[in-house]
Parts: sequence; C-alpha cells; structure tokens
Amino acid sequence: MSLQEQWIAFLTILHKEIKRFTRIWIQTLLPPAITMVLYFVIFGKLIGSRIGDMGGFSYIEFVAPGLIMMAVLTNSYANVSSSFFSAKFQRSVEEILVSPTPNYIILLGYVMGGVARGMAVGLIVTLMSLCFTDLHIHHWFITIFIVLMTSVLFSLAGFINAVYANSFDDISIVPTFILTPLTYFGGVFYSINLLPEFWQHVSVFNPILHMVNAFRYGMLGITDVHIGLAFTGLTICVVVLFIIGMHLLKTGKRLRA
Amino acid sequence: MTPALSLRNLRKVYNEKFEALKGISLDVMPGDFFAMLGPNGAGKSTTIGIISSLVRKTSGVVEVFGKNIDTDFSIAKKYLGVVPQEFNFSMFEKVEDIVLQQAGYYGLPRKQAVVQTEKYLKQLSLWDKRQTPARMLSGGMKRRLMIARALVHEPQLLILDEPTAGVDIELRRSMWEFLREINAAGTTIILTTHYLEEAESLCRNVAIIDQGVIVKNTSVKSLLQQLNKEVFIFDVSGDLQALPNLQGHRVAQIDEHSFEVEVDKGQSLNAVFSQLTTQGFEIVSMRNKSNRLEELFVAMVNANKDLASAAQKEVQS
Repeated sequence: MSLQEQWIAFLTILHKEIKRFTRIWIQTLLPPAITMVLYFVIFGKLIGSRIGDMGGFSYIEFVAPGLIMMAVLTNSYANVSSSFFSAKFQRSVEEILVSPTPNYIILLGYVMGGVARGMAVGLIVTLMSLCFTDLHIHHWFITIFIVLMTSVLFSLAGFINAVYANSFDDISIVPTFILTPLTYFGGVFYSINLLPEFWQHVSVFNPILHMVNAFRYGMLGITDVHIGLAFTGLTICVVVLFIIGMHLLKTGKRLRA
Repeated sequence: MTPALSLRNLRKVYNEKFEALKGISLDVMPGDFFAMLGPNGAGKSTTIGIISSLVRKTSGVVEVFGKNIDTDFSIAKKYLGVVPQEFNFSMFEKVEDIVLQQAGYYGLPRKQAVVQTEKYLKQLSLWDKRQTPARMLSGGMKRRLMIARALVHEPQLLILDEPTAGVDIELRRSMWEFLREINAAGTTIILTTHYLEEAESLCRNVAIIDQGVIVKNTSVKSLLQQLNKEVFIFDVSGDLQALPNLQGHRVAQIDEHSFEVEVDKGQSLNAVFSQLTTQGFEIVSMRNKSNRLEELFVAMVNANKDLASAAQKEVQS
C-alpha cells in the first residue's frame, strides 16, 4: 500500500471508531459525565469543603486534575477493549485482516479511536468541572503531553486485553480488579504525603500515581513524584505496549486460526 | 500465463494434531470459473482461509497473480476478494457504511469508494437498504452484502465460500446470473459449494478435495464424460402394483407411484418405453434422478475413503 492508501485506511478505522462511540453516546459519553459530576458534588463540594487545602489548593481544585485523568484513562481503555473485542466476537475484524492494511495502521487506528474517546470524555469532564471550580494550566506542554500519552497507553492496554479476551467478562476483569484500585490508590483524591512512609514507598510502584501527579503538575504546578520519571516511564510503557500489540497482530495470536 | 491462483504443497496442521491440508497443489487460470468441492471437513474453508490470510499455513506457497501472499501481501491482497461462509460484519452498522469501510481498508479514495459502493449495492439490489443496520437484513440480503463488500475494491480474483448456502432458489438463480456476469467481465471466480448443481451450472473447472488432498482436478466437462450411466425416474398413473421387467436395466421402486431405471449413457430410451407399454405401464412423467455431478462426487469421495482406510489398515498391520 502507498502511504496515501495507508492514510485512507487509518482514517477509515478512526472514523469508524468515532462513529461507534458517538452512536452509543448514552453508554460512552454520558455516564462519565454524570459520575464526575457526582464526584465533584460529593468529594469536591460537600466533603471537600470540610477537608480544607491540599498542596496549597482547595480540595476541589486538587482533585479536579485527578478526576479528569481518571475519566480519560478508563474511557480510553474501555473504548478499544470493547470495540476490538466486539469486532473479534462478531468476526468483523476479518474485514481488516483480509485487507492489505498493514498491522501498524490497524493498531494505530484503534488506539487513536481510544484516544479520541478519552479526549472527548476528558473535555466533557473538564467543562463539567468548570461549574464547580476554576481550572488553571500551569504548564500547557506537560498537561497535553501527559494526557495524550496516558490515553495512548491505556488504549494500547485495552487492545492487548481485547486480543486475549475470550468473552465479554474477560474485558471487564482488568478494569474492575486492576484499573479501578490502582486509580483510587493513584493519588486522585489525596496526596501520598498523607500516607505513612511505608505506603508512600509502595505507592511509588503504582504507575497511575505518576500519570495523575504529572498531569496535576501540568495544571496546578504541584506533584508528589518526579516529573522526569513520569515522562520516561510513560514513554517506555507506550513503546513496550506498542511492540506487544504489533507482535500480537503479526503472529495473529487469537485472531487467525 | 501466470495463474490467478497458485497453491504449492499447502499444508495446515491444527494444534500439531490434525492435518487439515496434506500438501495440496493447484493452479487456477485467469478468467476461470472454478469450483472447489468436498464434503464437510475436507479442507475447503481452510484453503480459503489460508489464501485470505485468516488461517496461518503450516507450510507451502500461495501466489495470487504471481504475487506471494507472504512477501508481496499488500499487492496479493488487492487482487483478492473473499466472501466467507459465515456472516462476518458488524450487525450494528449500516449496509452502506460496511461497504464504504471495506473500500477504505483497501485505500480507495472516498469519492471512488462512494461511486463503487453505489454501483455494487445497486447491482446486488441492496441500494434501497443502504441506511438499514445489517442485523435488520434477511439472510439472502446479508449474503449479497458480503458479495458487495468483497467486490467494492474490484478484485481480479473473487473467492466465495458456499455463497448460496441457505438461500432460496429464486435468489440463488439471480446470484448465479450475477456471478456469471462478473466472470464474463473478466473476474476469476473460485467457489466452494455443497450444491453440485451450482458447480455443474456455473463452473468450467473443478477440484474435488477430500481429507486434505485433491482427489480430482479437471474440467467439469471431462468429469461428466466419465459418467457412463444415467438414472431416470418414471411416474405411473395409479398405484404401482409390480415393478416392470426391463431386460438389461436395473429397476428399483421409489414409492407407490414411481420407479427408477438405470440406462447406459447414450442408449436410446425407445426400447425402455416399448417394454413398459407392452407390460401395461402408463407413464405420466419422467425426470433425471439427481444431479449427475453428485453421483460422480459421491463415487470419488467414497473411493478416497476406501483408499485412506486401506492405507490405515496397512500401517496398523
């Protein structure tokens, strides 16, 4: 395929993905908006007003970046895992597999579909948060880079999950038993400085803590972790998961008989 | 001339246990209308799966118009359109979107994709259903949708895996007509089918696959010439009291109103009618017993089974 043809194939997958999640917006875009409003009302306004400042900011300002990041990463993951697994389940993935579309275009197309939903939900949640607090952007580049890379990372993870999944249960196990606990313990609602020293050391091994804090640094200028480590770790994880995704497509594991 | 499809020593072993294809070789020439016949589990769908890259071959070489599917996969796949046996599109998407997306996966620019989608949806009588979600289509429409989708990038080789399975007779005939037209326009067609009448009616050449090997690869015409017997069914007026005694012919009762007679190929039926009249039988209608190719097919597959069974016994002893 020429580069132009590959571009067309990429846009086709991306367009299909965007069309899919906008067609079922009641399942994809509305729930995170409602959930985040509840978080803002309960944790931000009702409980947050009694907690006081955290890291020099009001509690609602402190949790807003974490809540945005939580919505972005869970939706990026959910989009690719459910879409690709559905395609596998209905065998419509064969439409792409029999075509000359190169593997990297298939992977990029689905990942960018996940990023598109992650960004759409992130934008909705950001707009919602403006109803409750003022948002600051301390460092534009870091904010955008971290949110994009996190979305790419979780889209890749969702793709790998979908390839290995044999049933719809298999694509809900990781979000329920791994992603949600890691996110809740990932510094979305608190600074790890509040934890006993032992748990501070344990928390450092939680990758989501680094993403949330790097994003919070981009918005508020405060962080519990080293930004350079978050950048490097995120980039390495994206590269590793991309290589795994390409390997799965190349070998046809769980996709070709 | 470069074959439209060339298979060399194609082998497929599933889970290191079951050998679905035992090194088949086959050439299909450009412009041909080729049938791949075989009983269930013979290896037809595995062969198609390997050609379309949905099944990983164990060994062997596949070339589409001289392009190797491993080394020149991009060009080889552009030559190829595949209509699988099972429905494999998203049931939630609209008919038009499914075909347009397939055009996109082949890199067709949007304008061209729109024109070709309209062309094939119209040719397959699906244009009025273009905004309908695929799940709302009837079984026949879904089959036609898969054909439109396979043709949208205008492949030179179209492979159809049992395209008319479960389709009513009227629709089957109209699909045959459509396939004849695109074959006449230059598209090489390979189809697998269980309807041997379909192969006899449409195809020029045929390969019979059984237990992972090609037991026959020849023209339909020469295959049919191998038949030296024909069976006719005679329906009588009233109940059949006794079977006629026809010298030199095998006669068997079918039901209380009809019987069958085996006749050598090319032999006149006058003598049969004369004897039936003499013996007081009043014939009200007559027809061929079954598809002729079917008889040959069953004979060949049975012969192959006997051969395999004998070989197995030899190994065991």
